Amino acid sequence: MTTQNTESAGVSTAQDSSQSDVLLTVQNLKMHFPITRGIILQRQVGSIKAVDGITFELMRGETLGLVGESGCGKSTTGRAILQLYEPTAGEVIFEGQDLTEINSGELRRMRRRMQMIFQDPYASLNPRMTVGSIVGEPLEVHKIGGSRREQQQRVQELLEIVGLNPYFINRYPHEFSGGQRQRIGVARALAVNPSFIVCDEPISALDVSIQAQVINLLEDLQSEMGLTYLFIAHDLSVVRHISDRIAVMYLGKIVELADREELYENPLHPYTQALLSAVPIPDPEIEKKRQRIILEGDVPSPAEPPTGCNFNTRCPQVMEICHQYEPSFADVGDGHRVACFLYDQVEALDESGQPVSATA
Amino acid sequence: MGNLIEVRNLQTQFFTQDGIVHAVNGINYDVAERETVAIVGESGSGKSVGVMSLIRLIPEPPGKIVNGEVNFDGQDLLQLNEEELRQIRGNRIAMIFQDPMTSLNPVLTIGRQITEALELHLNMNREESRARAIELLELVGIPDAGARLDDYPHQFSGGMRQRVMIAMGLSCNPQLLIADEPTTALDVTIQAQIVDLVTRLQSELGMAIIWITHDLGVVAGLADRVLVMYAGFIVEEGPVDVIYGQPRHPYTLGLLRSIPRLDLGRQKRLIPIEGLPPDLLDPPQSCPFAPRCPFVIDKCLEENPPLMSIDAVRKSACWVDLSDVEIYDTSADEQVEAVA
Repeated sequence: MTTQNTESAGVSTAQDSSQSDVLLTVQNLKMHFPITRGIILQRQVGSIKAVDGITFELMRGETLGLVGESGCGKSTTGRAILQLYEPTAGEVIFEGQDLTEINSGELRRMRRRMQMIFQDPYASLNPRMTVGSIVGEPLEVHKIGGSRREQQQRVQELLEIVGLNPYFINRYPHEFSGGQRQRIGVARALAVNPSFIVCDEPISALDVSIQAQVINLLEDLQSEMGLTYLFIAHDLSVVRHISDRIAVMYLGKIVELADREELYENPLHPYTQALLSAVPIPDPEIEKKRQRIILEGDVPSPAEPPTGCNFNTRCPQVMEICHQYEPSFADVGDGHRVACFLYDQVEALDESGQPVSATA
Repeated sequence: MGNLIEVRNLQTQFFTQDGIVHAVNGINYDVAERETVAIVGESGSGKSVGVMSLIRLIPEPPGKIVNGEVNFDGQDLLQLNEEELRQIRGNRIAMIFQDPMTSLNPVLTIGRQITEALELHLNMNREESRARAIELLELVGIPDAGARLDDYPHQFSGGMRQRVMIAMGLSCNPQLLIADEPTTALDVTIQAQIVDLVTRLQSELGMAIIWITHDLGVVAGLADRVLVMYAGFIVEEGPVDVIYGQPRHPYTLGLLRSIPRLDLGRQKRLIPIEGLPPDLLDPPQSCPFAPRCPFVIDKCLEENPPLMSIDAVRKSACWVDLSDVEIYDTSADEQVEAVA
């Protein structure tokens, strides 16, 4: 580990001083992938609505957890924010600039400020490059490393920061274990001194005893460097541990967003409630007493989401209105936002996304 | 209740180009009738190989069961010939696998895949086996079972495929069901459905289950007894509440400490197990966990501790007495706020 500092004080001061500072605003972001038919004359016959209108803000120095099941669009969200995909609609305002508007040269410069850590440390590292060239590549691309010698020094420094031996610089990825490879991925992301990192399921591919090592590393780096994380994961226990606020996604939409404690103690959306109740707790005494909400059926296809609220096919508390209109994503107090008609603040939206009461 | 299966000194090795991989190094355990035993361990701990060895599903070569006995209903499964073993596999001992997509045949309808076992083991004719297959699909909660019988695996979702696998596993009323990480590839809400289904079926049909997993959370709500494996050895064994309440092996303790829990507040910091598991090509003569163990003493480096009884129900392979060690440091602030 890079530091013995177990005080959480470092984290909280970094946040307190910049609490009101918005780093990233995502406004009505949509990412639709076309479905095409035909081999030579391709025509679009539909679209997969992987991300379908999501809105949130990310404060400087905080960790926002983005949870959901496979296929809910959480990874696509992360990639669309970083412009690894070209979003279909919406705004991504990062440090005051709308990333969807700027040209590719400007975007490349912005990429120094935002980086990504990938899920699979086996697939995301080029097996034919040495650790030194993997970690050093961003320095070269952005021409910020100085001379070759300075670059090498910087790479060794980075390896040390993530808890790897700096002498490993000439080794290849296959010589490392999964946990160590993930550290290489982290070092690569840190090379350009970013302020924002999208962590896309960074520990899912690792063994249980190794996961904790990587989580601790990410927490240490955040408190030392004041990083902002978008932490994408399907494991709610891990997300609860690492996040300040948590957004729950279902079928391309954020259904609930709240502070960590608020979300776990007072989940409002029926999907969040079911998701939390489904997470097993490693304690037989608690497991015996727990009541699970077992959801029926499967997630609908994002190519043909249901009309109205997109959870209405599985919701245990489904009502008439859920089939007719889409719920707005409304604040029910203290920044706790939810998209469900069970709550008075939530308005019905028509197909164009306008409140029904206003048009009627 | 008698023992359904007794495993004695089971040793499985793989003879590879690089040398001998010591995957399972002499394990002993019993499974009683109607009991659910969970085998917990990380990748490479030997948990799957150990159980696959019971019904000789180890690819030979390179694998080889070099030693041991597996007593099942008065027979040693390791001594049976292939034909005798086939009478038991899929019939009295059934298995469900981790990835339902790769373990179903994509070019056969699921109906054909279920009826195959019925015709083979129970000598049913077409109509009988088809009727039974529909019954099985209904049992595992597949809606409109009659119509879906003629669908192919790709027409089912992951959770539904796993239900089909379970239906196939249960088709001949097995006495023992081996489940190898059956929920690992599934989402958490689907995992809850499957766990719920398997526990319900067990109480209805009364089979014993060996559930292999790396997820300590799933085990807690499911198992009667837990075996913890590390580097090809069973390092701890006991009833589920005892193992989770007061682990006596440093590895079990380390695992419980290193996972964040949904019901606890923000733990100050996770306590990871430092280091990596040993290389099974060249396993140490010492305790295999010694290099990563915070409680290590000199004796650990000299002699690998056998699995020893601590009390009437529990065994641990450790020289150190951990009876005074708490899992979670409850003196720490901002902790332990139980969820209602």
